[in-house]
Amino acid sequence: MDIFIQQVINGLTLGAVYAMVALGYTMVYGIIQLINFAHGEVVMIGAMVAFSVIGALAPSGLPPLAIVLVAAGCAVPVCMLIGYAMERAAYRPLRGAPRLAPLITAIGVSIILQHLAMMIWSRNPLAFPQIIKVESYHFAGATITSVQIAILTISLAMMAGLAALVYRTRLGTAMRATAHNPQVAGLMGIDANRIIALTFVIGAALAAVAGVMVASYYGIAHYAMGSQLGLKAFCAAVLGGIGNIPGAMLGGVLLGVVEALGAGYIGDLTGNVFGSNYQDVFAFIVLIAVLVLRPSGLLGERVGDRA
Amino acid sequence: MIRSHFGVIAIAALACVAGCSDDRKAQAPARLTIAIGSVAPLTGGIAHLGKDNENGARLAVEEANAAKIRIDGKETAFELLAEDDQEDAKVGNTVAQKLVDAKVAGVVGHLNSGTSIPASNVYSGANIPMITGSATNPQLTERGLKGVFRVVGRDDQQGPAVANYLVANAKPKVVAIIDDATAYGKGLANEVEKTLKAAGVKVLAREQGTNKTVDWKAVLTKLKGQRPDAVFYGGMDSTAGPLLKQGKELGVNAVYSFGDGACTDKMGEFAGSAADGLLCSQAGIPPQAASKKFLAAYKKRFNIDPILYAPFTYDAANLLIEAMKQANSPDPAKYLPVLQRIDFAGATGRISFDEKGDRKDAEMTIFTLRGGKLSPIAIIKGGKTVNYEDFVAQAAAQTAAQTSGDAAKK
Repeated sequence: MDIFIQQVINGLTLGAVYAMVALGYTMVYGIIQLINFAHGEVVMIGAMVAFSVIGALAPSGLPPLAIVLVAAGCAVPVCMLIGYAMERAAYRPLRGAPRLAPLITAIGVSIILQHLAMMIWSRNPLAFPQIIKVESYHFAGATITSVQIAILTISLAMMAGLAALVYRTRLGTAMRATAHNPQVAGLMGIDANRIIALTFVIGAALAAVAGVMVASYYGIAHYAMGSQLGLKAFCAAVLGGIGNIPGAMLGGVLLGVVEALGAGYIGDLTGNVFGSNYQDVFAFIVLIAVLVLRPSGLLGERVGDRA
Repeated sequence: MIRSHFGVIAIAALACVAGCSDDRKAQAPARLTIAIGSVAPLTGGIAHLGKDNENGARLAVEEANAAKIRIDGKETAFELLAEDDQEDAKVGNTVAQKLVDAKVAGVVGHLNSGTSIPASNVYSGANIPMITGSATNPQLTERGLKGVFRVVGRDDQQGPAVANYLVANAKPKVVAIIDDATAYGKGLANEVEKTLKAAGVKVLAREQGTNKTVDWKAVLTKLKGQRPDAVFYGGMDSTAGPLLKQGKELGVNAVYSFGDGACTDKMGEFAGSAADGLLCSQAGIPPQAASKKFLAAYKKRFNIDPILYAPFTYDAANLLIEAMKQANSPDPAKYLPVLQRIDFAGATGRISFDEKGDRKDAEMTIFTLRGGKLSPIAIIKGGKTVNYEDFVAQAAAQTAAQTSGDAAKK
C-alpha cells in the first residue's frame, strides 16, 4: 500500500506540471483552434533562463529562496515576451489561412526555439543548481519532498488564479467571448487580436513557471527537454477536452497518475513482458483511446470540429 | 612539427657524436629513419586530451632515439608524425590516409572510438599496424582486421569488473539492474547481471528507461518495495544523475553503481550530495598509477603531469618500437607477428595481446565520488582486485626493483 501511495504522489507531482503546460495548449486552441506545438519549447526556455539566473546569482550570497524567486521572476517575463513575439510574427499573419498553415508554422517555431536554445546554452545536459536544500517528509510509508510540495502548491495556486481570471474578470469574459465567436466579440467592441496575444502571453507565463519547477524537480535542464513534455501536455489537454480549461487541469493530473501507476505496475501485470521503459507510451495510448472513444475529451462538450 | 624534426635530428646527431665507434665508421652512411604516426584531436573540446596522447607517444620516441637503438644493423632515428583528427571521423580518415602516404611504420591512435574504428580500415588496408591507447569500444577489434591493437580495456570488460567489486565489497544479497535501452547501457547491464548471477546474487527483474529518461520515480518506487541492497545502472551521466538523486530522495537506500558513461565529475553536479559514495568503473588506470619512471620523465620533458591516456600512448609507441627492434625490421610484415605475441613491461604494467588485438588482463579502475570529485579506490586486473593505494605502491616497488636491477647489470 505504501508503494501505491508513493506512486500516486509521484503521479500527482508530474500531473501538476502537465496540467500547467496543458493549460497553454488548451487556452490557445480554445480561442484560435491552433495547436501551438512550440509551447513545449517555451517551457524549456523558462527552465534555461532560470538556470542562467541562478548560476549568475548563486555566488552573490543572497538567500537561496530569494535567488529562485528572482530566477522565476526573470523566466516569466522572458517567456511572456517569446509568447507574444511568437503570436505576432508567426501566427497573426496566418489568421485567415487554412488550419494546416499555422500548425506547420508552429512546428517551425518549435524547431527555431530549440536550436536557438542549443546555440545559447550548448547541447550538453545542464545540471540545474540545487541551491535549496531538499527536505523529505515521511507519512504512511511514503516520502514527499519539499520540492514536490512546492510544485503541488504553486500549480494549484496558479490554476486557481487562472480560473478566477477567466471566470471572474472582464478580461476573462472577453477571452471567453472571443473563444466563442471572434467576429461577434469584435462587434461588441472587443479587440480580438489583443485578446489572442494575451492568451499566448498568459500561457507562456504558466509554461515558464512549469519549466522552472520541472528543472528543479529533476535537477537537470536540456535544450530538447520541451518537446517530450509538450507532447505529453498536449495529450493531457486532449484527454480533458481540448479548449476546455478545467479539462486541461483534470487531464494533466490524471495523465500524471496514469503514467506513474502504469510504469510502476505494468511489469507485475504482464509478467515482465513489458517493463517500465513503456512509461512514455501511456500518454500516447491515452491520446489514441480518447480520440477513438470520446473525441471531445472528458469535459469537452462541443463535438463539431474537434481533433 | 618543425620543433619535432629539429629535436629528432639534434638527438640523432648527438647520438652519433657520442657513440659512433670505430667499427661503425665502416658503415657510417647506413642510417635508418622510421616514421611513427600519432593521431588525436589537437583542436576542439578535448584538445588537451589529444595533446596528452601525443606527448606520451613523443616521449617514447625521444627516449628510443636517446637509447641509440640499432635496427637491421643500422643506426635508427625515429620520427613522430603528429596529426589532428579534430575528433571527427571524416577528418580522421583523411589524416589516416596522409600517414599511409607518408609511409609510416606504425600508428599510435586514434583517441576516440568514433575516429579509431573508421581509420582502422584505412591502416589495415595499407598493412600498417595501429595501437590505440584510449579507444574502448569493442567494435574496434571485433571486425577481424589485421594489425589493430589496443592497450586499454574494452567497454565490455567493465561489467564483470564493477560487478565483482560490488560483490566483494558491498556484499549485496539483492541487486536491482536498470538500463537505458541503448547498445552501451543494455550491453553493460547484461554483463553485470551475468557476473552477479554467477556469484550467486539475486538479481531483480530488469527495469529500463531510455537515454532521455529523467523521471525515474515510478521505477524507483517499485524497486523500493523489493528492497535491493545495490542498484546498477547502465547509462550516461545525464540520466544517471537524476536516477541517483531521486533514488536517495525516495529512500531507496542501496549502493549505487555505474559504468564509465556515468563515471564523471558531472554526477556530483546532477545529483548533488546524493552522489557521494557511488561506485563506478572506467577502463584503464588513472595516470597517477602509471610507473614512477614514466611520470618523472613526462614531467621533466613537458613540465606538466599526464592528464589521462598519456601512459597508454607511451606504451603503445614503445610497443611498436620494441616489436621493430625484436623483429630487426620496420617492415610491418616482419614486425607484426612479433607485436602479436609480444610480452612487454610498460608504464601501465605488463602488456600482451589476445588474438583479437585486445590487451590481455586489461585493468579497470573503480572510482567513488567524495565531495563532488571522483577518486580511484581500486584497480582490477586479471580478476584480482587491488586497493588503489596498494597498486600505486606496488608499481613504485616494481620500478625501484627494475632500476636497481638495471644498476646491478651495469
